[in-house]
This record gives sequence, C-alpha cells and structure tokens, in this order.
Amino acid sequence: MCNQAVCLAAAALEQNGISTVALVLLREVAERVRPPRALALPFRHGYPLDTPNDPARQHAVLEAALRLLETPAARGPLLVDYAPAVTERGSA
Amino acid sequence: MGDLSEFSLPVRLFLRAYRWRVVDPVPWAPLRVPLARARLALVSSAGFVLPSQKPFDESLRGGDPSFREIPFDTDPATLVDTHRSESFDHAAMRRDPNLAFPLARVRELAERGRIGAPNHRHWSFMGSLTAPGRFVAKTLPRLAAAAVADGVTAALLVPV
Repeated sequence: MCNQAVCLAAAALEQNGISTVALVLLREVAERVRPPRALALPFRHGYPLDTPNDPARQHAVLEAALRLLETPAARGPLLVDYAPAVTERGSA
Repeated sequence: MGDLSEFSLPVRLFLRAYRWRVVDPVPWAPLRVPLARARLALVSSAGFVLPSQKPFDESLRGGDPSFREIPFDTDPATLVDTHRSESFDHAAMRRDPNLAFPLARVRELAERGRIGAPNHRHWSFMGSLTAPGRFVAKTLPRLAAAAVADGVTAALLVPV
C-alpha cells in the first residue's frame, strides 16, 4: 500500500509543477499506478534506502533517484530499475 | 528483492485482488532549475511523527489519510514510528529513521552542493491506505499547496 500511496503523492505534486521521483519496493505496483518517475528498488519492505546506519549505501540510492530526476524526457511515466555503482566495497 | 513473496498468504491474496489506482493522464513537470539550485522536500509514507505530534490512527478503516509536518532540522533519531502495518520489519527503520526518512542524507546532499537546499519542512504520512479516496481528494491537494507555497522545486518520495 505504501508503494501506491507514494506514487499517488508524486502525481499530485507533479500536477502542481514540482518534479518528483518516487522510490518503489514493488515494481509491479509502479507499473500499474504509473507515477511520473519511479526508481524500482531491489530491497525488502522496511529497507527502502538499503541498509540502516550506512550513509554510503543510502546515498547511492538517493543519487540514483536524483539522476532520474535529471533525466531529460518529454513525458512519463519513467520507471527505472536501481543499479548501484560498483566500488571496492560492493556499492557506493 | 521487493516482491509479493515477502508477505503472508492473506496479504498476497489481498494485493493480488486489489484494484490499484491508476494515474491517468500522467502529469509531467521537468526540473525548472538545476538540482544544485533546487529546493527539495521529502515525502515519506513510513508513518513517522515527532514525539509532540499525534500518532497516525491505526483504528481508521482504510487507513489514516492525514499527514504530519517534519521540520528540516529535526534530529532523525527522535522520529517515532507509528506505521500500523505488520507486514514489514520495523526494526531497521526504528534503529535508523534515515532508512525511510533520510533527513540527514538530504542535509548532506545540500552541504555537498548536490541539491540547492532542503525545504524548511518535510512531510510524513502513513502509507497503509487501502482506501485512499480521502488521501487523494483532501490530503494530497493540501500537501501540494504547502509545497508550492514553500517554493519546493523537487520532491523525493519514500515508501516503506
């Protein structure tokens, strides 16, 4: 339900001229609800930014979301799967 | 992987039969300014409230459609989880609320210049909304009007 709710909130903000990106934990919900921009995450519910107390991994998710915001496109919906950048730690 | 297999059989059956809302037409608002000059707001469905705020009402059928304002300088550690769902593990986000309401991370993005500034307030709601009619008709227009009044140019939405 959380996935649908954030998708609907994204649409309401976007209708008011605010650029949005919604993180989603169930890709199929985003496919059905169709928010303007969504980043589909491979994490369990309860872990939308990957790992608690790990700022690097949390920033990696946020950076992917921000890049989606910056993606030039004429219209949505844009639904992109999260692919973390690989570093010596495994992700950044 | 976030998928339906995480949930109990009754929840999976409910979600399979659920009539999802459809956004149609899909609105589209390109960034008006570069992110380095954008005012960013967080909107999280994790059900967090400040200790001084009323918890989300878990007794309301269809879910509590209200929202709470969270000042940008709130210490994330003070946020209180009042999300009613028992279908996910709450432990991690209680240990580190940034996991679902990344206040500290957004402040760091502003310090690095990746975004212009965090908005002076962010918004929290409780996403277990099986009947989102009031949420869509009443809550979201109020939230969007507040964001517009603040000059928010970009928003990040986080489920849990």
